[in-house]
Amino acid sequence: MTLLDVENLWVKFPSRHGVFDAVRGVSFTLGQERLGIVGESGSGKSMTGRAILRLIRPPGIVTADQISLEGEDLMQKSEREMRDVRGQRISMIMQDPKFSLNPVMTIGDQIIEAYRMHNSASKSEAYKKSLDMLNAVSIRDPERVMRAYPHEMSGGMGQRIMIAMMLIPNPQILIADEPTSALDVSVQRQVLSIMDKLVTDRGMGLIFISHDLNLVADFCDRVLIMYAGRIVEVCDADKLHDAQHPYTRGLLNSLPRLDAPCDRLEVLKRDPEWSKTPSVSARI
Amino acid sequence: MTMLDIQNLNVWFGHGRDRVDAVKGATFSVDRGDSFGLVGESGSGKSTILRAVTGLAPDWSGSIKLDGTELAGQREKAFYKTVQMVFQDPYSSLHPRHSVDQVLGETLYLHGFKDIDTRVVKLLDDVGLGGKFRFRYPHQLSGGQRQRVAIARALAPEPEVLLLDEPTSALDVSVQAEILNLLVDLRTENKLTFLMVSHDLSVVGHMCERLAVMKDGEIVEIMEVEALRKMQATHPYSQELLAASV
Amino acid sequence: MSETQSLRAWLLTETPTSRRHAKLSAIYHAWLSFRTNTMAMIGLIILVLLVVVAVVAPWLAPADPFAQTLANRLQPPGTDGHILGTDSLGRDLMSRLIYGSRITLYIVGLVALIAPITGLLVGTVAGYVGGFTDMVLMRITDIFLAFPRLVLALAFVAALGAGIENAVLAISLTAWPPYARMARAETLTIRSSDYISAIRLQGAGPLRIITKHIWPLCISSLIVRVTLDMAGIILAAAGLGFLGLGAQPPSPEWGAMISEGRRFILDHWWVATVPGLAIFTVSLAFNLLGDGLRDVLDPKDSEK
Repeated sequence: MTLLDVENLWVKFPSRHGVFDAVRGVSFTLGQERLGIVGESGSGKSMTGRAILRLIRPPGIVTADQISLEGEDLMQKSEREMRDVRGQRISMIMQDPKFSLNPVMTIGDQIIEAYRMHNSASKSEAYKKSLDMLNAVSIRDPERVMRAYPHEMSGGMGQRIMIAMMLIPNPQILIADEPTSALDVSVQRQVLSIMDKLVTDRGMGLIFISHDLNLVADFCDRVLIMYAGRIVEVCDADKLHDAQHPYTRGLLNSLPRLDAPCDRLEVLKRDPEWSKTPSVSARI
Repeated sequence: MTMLDIQNLNVWFGHGRDRVDAVKGATFSVDRGDSFGLVGESGSGKSTILRAVTGLAPDWSGSIKLDGTELAGQREKAFYKTVQMVFQDPYSSLHPRHSVDQVLGETLYLHGFKDIDTRVVKLLDDVGLGGKFRFRYPHQLSGGQRQRVAIARALAPEPEVLLLDEPTSALDVSVQAEILNLLVDLRTENKLTFLMVSHDLSVVGHMCERLAVMKDGEIVEIMEVEALRKMQATHPYSQELLAASV
Repeated sequence: MSETQSLRAWLLTETPTSRRHAKLSAIYHAWLSFRTNTMAMIGLIILVLLVVVAVVAPWLAPADPFAQTLANRLQPPGTDGHILGTDSLGRDLMSRLIYGSRITLYIVGLVALIAPITGLLVGTVAGYVGGFTDMVLMRITDIFLAFPRLVLALAFVAALGAGIENAVLAISLTAWPPYARMARAETLTIRSSDYISAIRLQGAGPLRIITKHIWPLCISSLIVRVTLDMAGIILAAAGLGFLGLGAQPPSPEWGAMISEGRRFILDHWWVATVPGLAIFTVSLAFNLLGDGLRDVLDPKDSEK
């Protein structure tokens, strides 16, 4: 079942030196799966995530033949209707939880507020639900966490709380933009497995945006590789290491490996052709 | 021959009740021309050791010996001619209003070099940037180019020891490969001793001969890279780290 | 045409070839982004006009600003030979306004030199050195901040005697503390940044770090702040003039002119209104310019 269908998505930024295209004609579909978008900084991967929610600030312009969420075209919606889509039907998790949580409210108040915004529930009911949510993201001692302020939380805890909050309205799609890159490796895995479990249990679609090839290969079902605003290659995550495109190969080879020591790392040679060839479609 | 010898190093911040012990009883030594890695998660105190060596973290006890001489109190100018540091984030380690020329020129001037113009050009060549970058400002450079400038700045006084604080963690993987290659080349050309901090075991595995694993301010294990490659960590924490990074 | 084109390309280049080239290119980029701000450009144009008027005042003024013609007193605007009318002593208001711009610029210029530089010195030294020095310097700043500006200025002028120079001194003395506060706050964030650590590792001393590394970063926000405060400074100067503690008659200072016109404000509105409008226009121009400069100079924004 296709949840999201994006066709020919462009994000443009007009500037003094002409128009800069951050995303150039990207097309993909998302079912109940974990879709990874990988690329280096400036490849347009974050812009793609934001453009789906129409969160690109002026002077940026988003154009697309369609961005349809279960048949409804998001491009046709008014700003007011989009507000109902954001959070309710498509949620987004950002890189650093510190900037997404309100520093002067306790975590409990924030979760309860988020819950009551989407559901008509009494305070005590919302409190109970919030505890459940924190339990679901494997937070020990949720009562204490409910009373705490964001600055008292570690990065991993904060990110788990963000995930809990994003899942409250039971969205169909979760967009996670580098959700673990601010975290330590050991915490990274925990957060990912929690996210994975929730997404699979609820049959959600997940768009996982990351710069980390290995992480995406482990964690996702399908991977889009972006370069200079275009999708250069689409492959199944478990076959990522057999990827064909020279860019993907270059990225893979430039990683130092413990099991295969070498004197010099392979350096990616960028071919200007890559940014000229049209985007590969990832629609099914 | 030992270049850097650290015995029972304690580093702390704040006083009295607010005192935080960032490093507790760290002991290790790095031979001349060797490359030593410090690995651990954020808050484990690995960067703090570098800051204590350079004198940027003023409160420490224990002993730090550089080439046989004990370091104490204010570092002298000669120290900074021997030991230089490359910072983690190239976006914050270059002065936003100084051009590359100013950054390198001032460094050379401070170390008393006379032929500044020729040296600036040579440094830029050494780090693979070339003269056309000389008069650019940091905002006109990419992350990798900025880190090259930062490396050039560290090389300017012709040091013997280079302290590397996560030099590639803010960069893309393809750029990381270029910077790591550059560092390897510079090390062989200039016979440098490296002390490198990283959270990434595979980077340390690529760059270093020996490494120390840190947790909560303490060194839990010191091992050879060969052992790391063979997954032969003895301490449970290092095993856990190793398992998470493969 | 092609010459201006190539000059433009030379200025916009990504690969400057010399120190001077890089500087000019950076200035040109700032100018381009400033130019897109229409309101700021209006402010700039007004201020440039003000400077021009002040410079060519003797040629521009239709009459001697001090020449009294009692027979011609309190003529309304539009009277023959007096576009803006005359005041209670029959002096041409237009000419007085034009000569008054010199005094305004003089005050503004002096205050703009004294107050921010004092503030910058005190603030950056306090912020960088820290500890006891910081405490002493900041408590002194607090003492100055605790006084209402005009009252402190009044006290100074009362002690030193009335006159423009003393008014400038009084205003500067009351204007520097906010700059010191701001410079200190910025210094505290800059001090802990990596590029300051990096230059310390080259063995640079505090004097070099403060003057060459911290000042350049503080100055831009300081300039913005000073420009925005200019309106207040002009008004304070005019206020002192109005109270008779600034410029002394017959000097055509705008505040003093309003003060003179106050007696006739109901029957002869223009005597007070004309200098009032001038003060308003110049204050507004400084505010508009300050807003525009903030967009160009503020390092937090220009980073992106």
